[in-house]
Amino acid sequence: MSAVEINPREGERPLITPEGIDLKVRIASAGERASAFMIDAALIVGALIVLSLLSLGGAILTKARGVEFVAVIWLLGAFLLRNAWFIVFELGPYAATPGKRALGLRVAARNGGRLTAEAVFARNAMRELEVFLPLSFLFSGGAQGDVSSWTWLLGVTWSGIFVLFPLFNRDRLRPGDLIAGTWVVHAPRRALLRDLAADSAVDSDFTFSRIQVEAYGVKELHVLEDVLRQNDRRVMRAVADRIRAKIGWVEGPDESDARFLSAYYAALRGRLESGLLFGKRKRDKFDRS
Amino acid sequence: MATSPLKSQSFRAEREWDWRRLDGLLTRVQEKSVASLTDEELVSIPVLYRSTLSSLSVARAISLDQGVTAYLESLSLRAYLFVYGVRSTPAERIGRFFARDWPAAVRGLWRETLVSAALFALGAVVAFLLVRHDAAWYYAVMPGEMAGGRDPSSSTAELRNTLYGGNGKDGLSAFAAFLFTHNAGISILAFALGFALCLPTVFLLVYNGVSFGAFVALFVSRQLGVEVGGWLIIHGVTEILACILAGAAGFRIGWSVIFPGDRARQEAVADAGGLAATAMVGVVIMLGFAGLLEGFGRQLIEADAVRYAIGLATAVMWGLYFYLPRGGRRERR
Repeated sequence: MSAVEINPREGERPLITPEGIDLKVRIASAGERASAFMIDAALIVGALIVLSLLSLGGAILTKARGVEFVAVIWLLGAFLLRNAWFIVFELGPYAATPGKRALGLRVAARNGGRLTAEAVFARNAMRELEVFLPLSFLFSGGAQGDVSSWTWLLGVTWSGIFVLFPLFNRDRLRPGDLIAGTWVVHAPRRALLRDLAADSAVDSDFTFSRIQVEAYGVKELHVLEDVLRQNDRRVMRAVADRIRAKIGWVEGPDESDARFLSAYYAALRGRLESGLLFGKRKRDKFDRS
Repeated sequence: MATSPLKSQSFRAEREWDWRRLDGLLTRVQEKSVASLTDEELVSIPVLYRSTLSSLSVARAISLDQGVTAYLESLSLRAYLFVYGVRSTPAERIGRFFARDWPAAVRGLWRETLVSAALFALGAVVAFLLVRHDAAWYYAVMPGEMAGGRDPSSSTAELRNTLYGGNGKDGLSAFAAFLFTHNAGISILAFALGFALCLPTVFLLVYNGVSFGAFVALFVSRQLGVEVGGWLIIHGVTEILACILAGAAGFRIGWSVIFPGDRARQEAVADAGGLAATAMVGVVIMLGFAGLLEGFGRQLIEADAVRYAIGLATAVMWGLYFYLPRGGRRERR
């Protein structure tokens, strides 16, 4: 493993698997956590509305006599829905609620070990305190007006502290994560992109001298890779001109920028990778070690 | 330019098939279910996961193709989360919770349970004595909305009516609903506030005991002691035990925040949290059960003897369920 970090990404944290490999996870930002929760909340509210309509139908069918019973069903249903929703989904093979899934997020154990069901229970039991309890406080206070304004203020402060809690720690943990020893990380599905060097390895129109392929380092190689993958003609033109000027390459009569760039990419990568095999990592163009 | 492919290219060509196979299996698990895999495929996942991890180490060392390293990082993470994910199905999990985890968590909290029971009892006894001594204390310690029109100015007949008002449901069932949400709120608060270094939990437990003691004292002063006992015990055993356990769970978390011992504070809190949360899930279940007893049982059963019998039966039931030593099976994690 190279000791030199190329470009540590924002929010990246080490996650050492039991096999001893650092997977370098990216933790979810507070904004992503909030939008994931909003999506889940919207889905739960949708399900609640369906449940309410069904209950209402039941109440009408059974006349007034069954109203209390229907109310109990509704209360229990709502309780189960808002708790079981998170727990069941996070216990599933995807380890994420639909909201988290939509954003490519998953729940993982902070210590790199197995995510236990206790942890999932714990992090979602705390959600009851962080979100739903203060919410019910607010609504009951607003609706009945029998809760003193001090209690109401306390409820607002309470939920404020809990809702904003993730903003005040490095790993964006909510109290539930803290208690459960979990965090929420990015685990999107990524496609395996084609190897750019494979396209042009046999392009015999381009032969670069040793000095020409030693002009740049790994950092520039990665920028070049991004440019080639984006495949924007104007950007490629500008980059190709810069490289030609730097290495003193004379543009041939019918050479295209794309062909030149991918040939140079392949040559540069070959050069840098053979350096790697000898333990030399040329970080960027200023690295003269 | 060299015509032979780069080392990183032949590396990729040799292993790409395995990566794609693992990718396909994971995608199937996530989009359908684990059950959609054959046994052979399921067994191959950990093997493919480890070979992908080793590919990742190699790729980081020899390849400068960001496409490959990024892909391997994401694939390894997805496989890691599956291989080290939650193993049991929700149904198994719920079964285990009732069979073992819940009572084990409650037993694990026995020290905290004693402390929080003592605090509750302290509040109750003090309030009882105060109100017996001078009825005016009742107004001082009982929150207005909690009393539900029952205070020392009500006549004995009125008070008796509140205890046996089964057919005049209006006042009582609303009061019962209020008491339930009130107690559930208190329990959850007692647990959550443990996070804030135990002190608020102490306050809440004592305060809850105070309301209880004052309430009983009022009825005892009108020679309704036995009757109010029946009215309370039918659900109170479960409800008060739940309150005390919630306080105990809060203490455990608060204690680990203050005194993490020789571990890192975050680690100690996470550990205490697992146990306390398990107990808390149980507390919510107990409060639901208490709510049923209160809402239905108490409305339908008016005989004091039956009320006492049910109350004592629940006491015995919880006692056996939580504290009966169960030998045999060793814990398996």
